[in-house]
Amino acid sequence: MKAQLLEYTLRLGDNALILGQRLGEWCGHGPILEQDIALSNIALDQLGQARMLMQYAAEQKGGDFTEDKVAFLRPETEYHNCLLVELENGDWGRTIVRQFLFDTYNYFFYSALLSSADNRLQEIAQKAIKEITYHAQWSAEWLIRLGDGTEESHQRVQRSLNDLWEWTGELFSMDAVDEALLAEGIAVNLAEIKVQWDQKVNEILSLATLKRPEDAWMQSGGKQGEHSEYLGYVLAVMQHLPRMYPEATW
Amino acid sequence: MTETIWNILKNVADPEIPVLTVVDMGVVREVEVEDQKIIVSITPTYSGCPAMNEIESNIRWALEEEGYNKVEIKTLISPPWTTDWMTDEGKAKLQEYGIAPPEGSSADKSVLFGEAKKVMCPRCKSRNTTMVSQFGSTACKALYKCEDCKEPFDYFKCL
Ligand SMILES: [Zn+2]
Repeated sequence: MKAQLLEYTLRLGDNALILGQRLGEWCGHGPILEQDIALSNIALDQLGQARMLMQYAAEQKGGDFTEDKVAFLRPETEYHNCLLVELENGDWGRTIVRQFLFDTYNYFFYSALLSSADNRLQEIAQKAIKEITYHAQWSAEWLIRLGDGTEESHQRVQRSLNDLWEWTGELFSMDAVDEALLAEGIAVNLAEIKVQWDQKVNEILSLATLKRPEDAWMQSGGKQGEHSEYLGYVLAVMQHLPRMYPEATW
Repeated sequence: MTETIWNILKNVADPEIPVLTVVDMGVVREVEVEDQKIIVSITPTYSGCPAMNEIESNIRWALEEEGYNKVEIKTLISPPWTTDWMTDEGKAKLQEYGIAPPEGSSADKSVLFGEAKKVMCPRCKSRNTTMVSQFGSTACKALYKCEDCKEPFDYFKCL
């Protein structure tokens, strides 16, 4: 039970941490100043949520574990984020598609986590859901703008949507950790939020004049620590400083 | 005793919006005194708020300056901060500073895929305004422009 709760906490924390790191790559490179700032703010929210979860994970690990050690000193196979968040940013359209698919999932996930039997996760959800609501609105609006925009923007986001679709299956696949914690009332029932996700995604795709890809082969493994080739590069950048200068403060 | 402490904290400015104090912002949740120790509980506005460390040190310095050396600062995340906790005085100061204060209640969920609010321009008081971006200079603000006086302005959004 304890080991499962820790892994569950890390899954949520790593989703937020790795996505925050990916979005941070846009800082100074956004298409216009306002949207550069918007994405940096979303990255910052993700990082803040990651901190709350890493602090909780560090307390569960006990000993001299700190949030920083949990965040920065684990090897790749001990990260439990879903694969979608570690994928490359690509162009602005691809970043928006990834963000929309994830934000919509995250919105329903954290809405459900508000009634978790685990007090701490419930408290974190109360804090996070307010921010995630703004993220989900922002990325849906951008998807509509790009999908229903010019021929070029439409083609690009449709292509990204087709490419990214196979990475969405993992968001809803329950494994032993999910099942065990669901039985305790702690975890979110992913089958339930899949229905809500489908509905919202279909609604926004239709407004964006985009075609929903067919469900086919889906990637999986991130939650269990088996990652794509991209995570190593993300971690190399993210962990470089804390590994080179372990006790650095500023 | 706790009243004295609250009065000291009422002079600690928010690092990002210096016209407001940490008390106006509703960031200070509780002040307790145990033996000689002062315990101040604070809560972040947004979870990634980069000002939290600075707020903590500023509170510590302000108390040390008044001779309180044993200070513990606790960070609470529950209940989560809401713009409803911003004092009326704080909202009036924001307005004067040129930032439109949060309007309505945080319980308003129309934000999700809904219509953007018609916020009052802090400069000319017109409601003929448009949202430019949901995320402004910091996560807690949205960027608006006034269609009458043509000035851009920040709106402190409801949370
Ligand atoms: Zn005006």
